[in-house]
Amino acid sequence: MKFLILTITLLLSSNAVHAVDPSEILKDNILEIRARAISKDLRCVVCQNQSIDDSDAELARDLRILVRDRILEGDSDQAVIDYVVSRYGDFVLLNPPVKGVTFVLWFGPIVFTLIGFICLILFFRRQKPLVQDLKKNNAEVKK
Amino acid sequence: MIIESGHFVLILSLLMAFLQSTVPMIGVQLRNNQLMAIAAPAAIIQFVLILGSFLALTYAYVVSDFSVINVTSNSHTAKPLLYKVSGVWGNHEGSMLLWALILSGYGAAIALFGSNLSPTLKVRVLGVQAMLGVGILAFILFTSNPFLRVFPAPENGGGLNPLLQDPGLAFHPPLLYLGYVGLSLTFSFAVAALIEGRVDAAWARWVRPWTLAAWGFLTGGIVLGSWWAYYELGWGGWWFWDPVENASFMPWLAATALLHSSIVSEKRDSLKSWTIFLAIVAFGLSLLGTFLVRSGVITSVHAFASDPTRGVFILLLLVVTIGGAFLLFAWRGPSLKTDGIFHPVSREGGLILNNFILTIAAASILLGTLYPLFVDVLELGKVSVGAPYFESVFVPMMIPMIVVMGIAPFLRWKRGDFNKTTNKLKVVGVISLIGGCFAWLIVDRSSALSSLGIALSIWLFSATFIELTSRIKLFQVPLKDSMRSIIRQPRASWGMTFAHMGLAIAVAGITASSTWKVESIQVMKFGDQVKVAGYTYTLKEVRKVQGPNYIATRGIFSVKKGDDFNVTLKPEKREYQTRSMVTTEAAIYSTFFGDLYAVVGDRDKNSGGYITRIYFNPLVPWMWAGAILMVLGAAISLTDRRHRVGAPARSASTGTNQVSAK
Amino acid sequence: MMKRLTYFLPLVLLAILAAYFSAGLGRDPQTLDSVLINKKVPEFSLPPIKGFSAGLSNNDLLNKVVLVNIFGSWCVSCRIEHPFLMELKKKGVIPIYGINWREQNQDDGPRWLKKFGNPYDLIGDDPKSRGAIAFGVTGAPETFLVDQKGIVRLKHMGPITQQNWNDTLKPAIDKLRNR
Repeated sequence: MKFLILTITLLLSSNAVHAVDPSEILKDNILEIRARAISKDLRCVVCQNQSIDDSDAELARDLRILVRDRILEGDSDQAVIDYVVSRYGDFVLLNPPVKGVTFVLWFGPIVFTLIGFICLILFFRRQKPLVQDLKKNNAEVKK
Repeated sequence: MIIESGHFVLILSLLMAFLQSTVPMIGVQLRNNQLMAIAAPAAIIQFVLILGSFLALTYAYVVSDFSVINVTSNSHTAKPLLYKVSGVWGNHEGSMLLWALILSGYGAAIALFGSNLSPTLKVRVLGVQAMLGVGILAFILFTSNPFLRVFPAPENGGGLNPLLQDPGLAFHPPLLYLGYVGLSLTFSFAVAALIEGRVDAAWARWVRPWTLAAWGFLTGGIVLGSWWAYYELGWGGWWFWDPVENASFMPWLAATALLHSSIVSEKRDSLKSWTIFLAIVAFGLSLLGTFLVRSGVITSVHAFASDPTRGVFILLLLVVTIGGAFLLFAWRGPSLKTDGIFHPVSREGGLILNNFILTIAAASILLGTLYPLFVDVLELGKVSVGAPYFESVFVPMMIPMIVVMGIAPFLRWKRGDFNKTTNKLKVVGVISLIGGCFAWLIVDRSSALSSLGIALSIWLFSATFIELTSRIKLFQVPLKDSMRSIIRQPRASWGMTFAHMGLAIAVAGITASSTWKVESIQVMKFGDQVKVAGYTYTLKEVRKVQGPNYIATRGIFSVKKGDDFNVTLKPEKREYQTRSMVTTEAAIYSTFFGDLYAVVGDRDKNSGGYITRIYFNPLVPWMWAGAILMVLGAAISLTDRRHRVGAPARSASTGTNQVSAK
Repeated sequence: MMKRLTYFLPLVLLAILAAYFSAGLGRDPQTLDSVLINKKVPEFSLPPIKGFSAGLSNNDLLNKVVLVNIFGSWCVSCRIEHPFLMELKKKGVIPIYGINWREQNQDDGPRWLKKFGNPYDLIGDDPKSRGAIAFGVTGAPETFLVDQKGIVRLKHMGPITQQNWNDTLKPAIDKLRNR
């Protein structure tokens, strides 16, 4: 298992990239990890459904470099994202923000779960009188 | 001449489908056996006709007949034969023809192997299947005809997208369609049952093998696509929550739910309306997938043809088919009586919980996939719903799912003994916790989720294993008796064991490959060394290699670890002549614990070296192995005694050996 | 009765879904509306292209109603709209500022302008897309109408033709000037 304790060059928490160039990589590892994480959440606007981290497109590359420049300037993660969003809109966020228009999106699954639970409860409630009989029968059989 | 014949028989098949969908059904109403008897032969003839059409198109590709527009757009003389053939379905029109072929194929299979079905049900199933055929064939003939000609024929074709010239991708669509279209059969069964007005244990038993087959193929098709993406796209990713991927995943979730709810319908005569509903929904999701890919309403890397006219036709098909089925459901559904009753904590309860989680998961993925469309249509702007959303929604749902999967097989029907079960599982729980802690302490302390994933994987695997051993009363009775018992276990239970263990292994693979991936990007000159995950990579050289229709830049890596490990990895960057496209062919070496993955990139002008990307992808082979086990489980279940032709009549009298729990 | 209604629910949901889908057909999911409409252009500063003395920055966008046009020598559609831009320049209708986007080397832009003509009063060199990103550009050509206060009023994607000039751009310009 020793090799699992790794001489790590870059340890990532999700899918890695094939588009980042060695020349783009920041010297400071922490900053680079931040840049990669932010890039994964930004859509490549000239591609079909890829993040700028994953895309080969030139504009994607320029945006990646922009992200790194902003980080070097001292922007926080949110500030970098806001910078891009203020120019391209929410569409550029692969992780949709929680605001009015995405309310239904984010609360949808919770609502589904609740509806499902209610259905389950109703279903078992309907069975309840019959189940009582079942218990009684089982108890009699045991005796 | 062959092309014209292919076109002609396709038209004939439409007529045959029309015949098959009307006359025999009328025969059922009129109780006319002769009219009913038309169904089976019609189904077989329909299949043979479409097969002929498909072979004609294949012929055109094989001989590179460029007078056929479809061949011109998608083929090239320089393509290897295998890819000329796979090019038949590597485009919109050809793939729809494959759809039609498989649709009629399943119909023919029912005609040939469905002798144990009740005659009226069989006719109705074939009838509904034929109606679907009419829809698809009409769609092909009126909007997506692969046999259109162009004169004069060009010298050569436009070639196929080089990304698609790949063995994995050659088989991905056929497998996927066998799955999608297999769900058309369960749909037909459901609608036929609604028309009959009866859903009983016999019906559930008849449907099951087809559901298993469709599910197995769909699993295989999806995994093949993921595997292809993994080695072809050059960065080790295998799932992107792309709308079209979601479009294949949702039917899979529905099919899994269907597989489990139909057990309750078969064994306990309950959940009948729900099972029917699921069968309709599963196929509806298949059609939805077809719609999303080919209509242009959604942005996706997969999108075939963005043609609104075709989109309209498919939408119409979807609305008529599923709308019709739902109408029938609304009318006939309430009269389906439920008989079996059970306690919430029971095998049935576990299966219901399974269905509950799978349903809300599928609904959430549907919501996320369609949300951008909703917002756009309502003129509320544009939003993106990408991988981060789906992961944060889907993963938490799977946690209780896997926990329950370990417990439910222990529970008895009607009313399970929770205490007895938890006693058996105490050991498993402890082992899982230890495994999770191990992952946390030794491998990665930054991600609690990854340790949880490993713990869950161990949980499911061990629980499934213990379930098997407790069923054969291992160590509780003489070993000889246990071994005898193991041989007598019904195949369906082996199917479950294999499938659940397969999932457990796959979960470990998914967890590890997603969270513990190691990546190293750098510029290397010849002789440079880089160490990744304990392996030392040396770039020996880079040379140009001529392929059948491309020129490749091939990097040669020597990889060493310790004294006894030494392999050579040869990744390539290929440039194709016809479409001036460049593809990355990663070099992968699989070990038990993960994949060594190397990619060679562009030349770095400044230093004269090459950009190289080297990865270690932990436990990726476990994902594929787990998936294979799952498909194997489905295959084993298919050979269960009760599914064999004529078996239901016989097994009723000899069924004493079967353990009632399965 | 309740049971009946529940059984009708799937049909109702399907109908709603189908409505959305049919509305969605024919819409392009990729076209991005500009979020800059009625907002000030973000700060940017581009150096001049080779052979020119002045570049382009957001400060140049004040006090006049101008058009900012994103172009490149590699862009085929830009070539198509170019004669129309030359017409506008000849007639002195409105100042046009150019952003020369993503040229492979610094000679390409000037050479293209020399060959076909220069309709721009000011040009910024934008090899790293900083200017394009400031405007939220996703392709070329794109043209932005900016008013006297430096606020973006209109985004036009694709080449400008006589048709869309008459339909959208000219009326908007006139409106801004008459304020």
